[in-house]
Amino acid sequence: MELVCPAGALPALKAAVDNGADWVYLGLRDDTNARNFPGLNFDESALVAGLAYAHARGRKVLMAVNTYPQAGSWARWTAAVDRAARLGVDAIIVADAGLMRYASRSHPRLQLHLSVQASATSYEAINFFHEHFGIKRAVLPRVLSLAQVAHVARHTPVEIEVFGFGSLCVMVEGRCTLSAYACGEAPNTTGACSPAHAVRWRETAAGLESRLNGILIDRYAPGERAAYPTVCKGRYAANGETYYAFEEPASLNTLDLVPQFGDAGVRAVKIEGRQRSPAYVAQVTQVWREAIDAWKAGRFAPRPAWAAALQRHAEGSHTTLGAFSRPWK
Amino acid sequence: MKLALGPLLYYWPRDAVLAFYEEIAAAPVDTVYLGEVVCSRRHELAFEDWLAIGAQLAATGKEVVLSAQALTESEGDLKLVRRAVANGRFRVEANDWGAVHLLAGVTGWIAGPHLNVYNPQTLDLVAALGATRWVAPMEATRDMVAGLLAERPAGLEAELFAYGRMPLAFSARCYTARRLNRQKEDCGYACLDFPDGIALKTREGEPFLALNGIQTLSAGVYCLVDELAALREAGVEVLRVSPQSIGTRDVLHALRAACDDALSGFDARKALAALAPGKLWNGFWHGRPGMPAR
Repeated sequence: MELVCPAGALPALKAAVDNGADWVYLGLRDDTNARNFPGLNFDESALVAGLAYAHARGRKVLMAVNTYPQAGSWARWTAAVDRAARLGVDAIIVADAGLMRYASRSHPRLQLHLSVQASATSYEAINFFHEHFGIKRAVLPRVLSLAQVAHVARHTPVEIEVFGFGSLCVMVEGRCTLSAYACGEAPNTTGACSPAHAVRWRETAAGLESRLNGILIDRYAPGERAAYPTVCKGRYAANGETYYAFEEPASLNTLDLVPQFGDAGVRAVKIEGRQRSPAYVAQVTQVWREAIDAWKAGRFAPRPAWAAALQRHAEGSHTTLGAFSRPWK
Repeated sequence: MKLALGPLLYYWPRDAVLAFYEEIAAAPVDTVYLGEVVCSRRHELAFEDWLAIGAQLAATGKEVVLSAQALTESEGDLKLVRRAVANGRFRVEANDWGAVHLLAGVTGWIAGPHLNVYNPQTLDLVAALGATRWVAPMEATRDMVAGLLAERPAGLEAELFAYGRMPLAFSARCYTARRLNRQKEDCGYACLDFPDGIALKTREGEPFLALNGIQTLSAGVYCLVDELAALREAGVEVLRVSPQSIGTRDVLHALRAACDDALSGFDARKALAALAPGKLWNGFWHGRPGMPAR
């Protein structure tokens, strides 16, 4: 089982490598990837330096080119793919089927991983991308139970990667237009969910308000922990009750499931958080490295120190096993 | 311009569904998409029932398409997709790439709105795999559609969602069950009680979204009746109307009349506003948020 860790910039990439990531994933400084945030991501010189740093230590680098190009912007996406191939990126993470076809034809030796943004939740979908474009690995959307993950893995030659830790989409990735609906920008098209420039915080007599493009996402009483206002993490009123209509803000933390992931045939675990600090990347990577190594050595047992370290980096007030355990089943 | 009735997104009692499609049989609509696309727990109609409705609609000269479920999680879900693909009579709308895998090489399937076909290269790919119609993603803008269709593969029709509450997201979780503090697998089929979903308002009372099981819809109603000339110019040939519990037939009549210039844009909009379960919005088409900014 491999460990795949995020890097929003060079210091985070080094932190991931130094703490035991097998793969580090990153994106370019534009809308070709799903963390298109100001001040984040890699230009060419940082990418070259990052590749050298990782490769000198026997680690691999993944470039996310996982948003959906449109007619007028297609060339920017193919340029990103060309650049990945030219600079020796070990694999690219792609969601758009047309772009996958381009990559497989233009750079047949460039390894392709299916992005979670491709919304492939079944082995039929994954096998489609394998047969047509030779994808080597697929990242599963955060909707399947452990048994369903195992079922998918049994029915495909493609390596299965799952999210292990970090911020949590409660909607199927690649199929959520809530951010586009509220503020006009969304992961699929512009590479951002609830971009910071559309967010407003305001203290009012009724409490602290968070708004997205003017829409009231939530209002917090004194002492209540406020969450970043993505549409899915707000409180709304339905038939007289105001509540978290979709989910209480929570982080995914599946460290205890490492042995079950192994049994299910999961080949890689992904840590979310390209927008997080190098300190986050370092500590989360370190804990997961130890956990996976312990499992490989046949002596996995959750340690309190691991839980404490991860809890410090969790967003929201609690953590969840998400769809893997399906508490809402 | 042709009109299509999209798949029924809500869960209605069996008799209501049968009555609805009897009414549709007499409505001015060219294509009717049938089948359960949202939740595999919904069982008021069996697969054979959908085929029977399809046969009745086909007998009135309408084109019938079977829509495949959008989110497939289990082997049971895949079984339903396989049944649709193998139905032997009607064309199939693929709503995920697993369905495309099963349909590849079959001529005449429909690339549904949840496939994420955003550019000419992906459109060319689905056409090469046998698709003969493409339904644009919900948030498609005029520029996106025009750009895609400027390089349209031969023989491929373009359809756009033009009226109805906007399908915005899918989840593994059921939000209707959650609202009622029920578990998903013990939901009591609560969706039956909400024929247009559960309205969700912000904490200051603004209509925002609608819950429909695992699907989230807009509170407002997408409506492109003011954009018919621009739609034609962009190359759109089919307008999709999404079923609502009351007045769907009248919606189809109003849109048909507007397309035929028998009703002015102003009067058509007025008629549709009176029929809609929410305000009429068209932001996506213009490259703006789906919900108007406050």
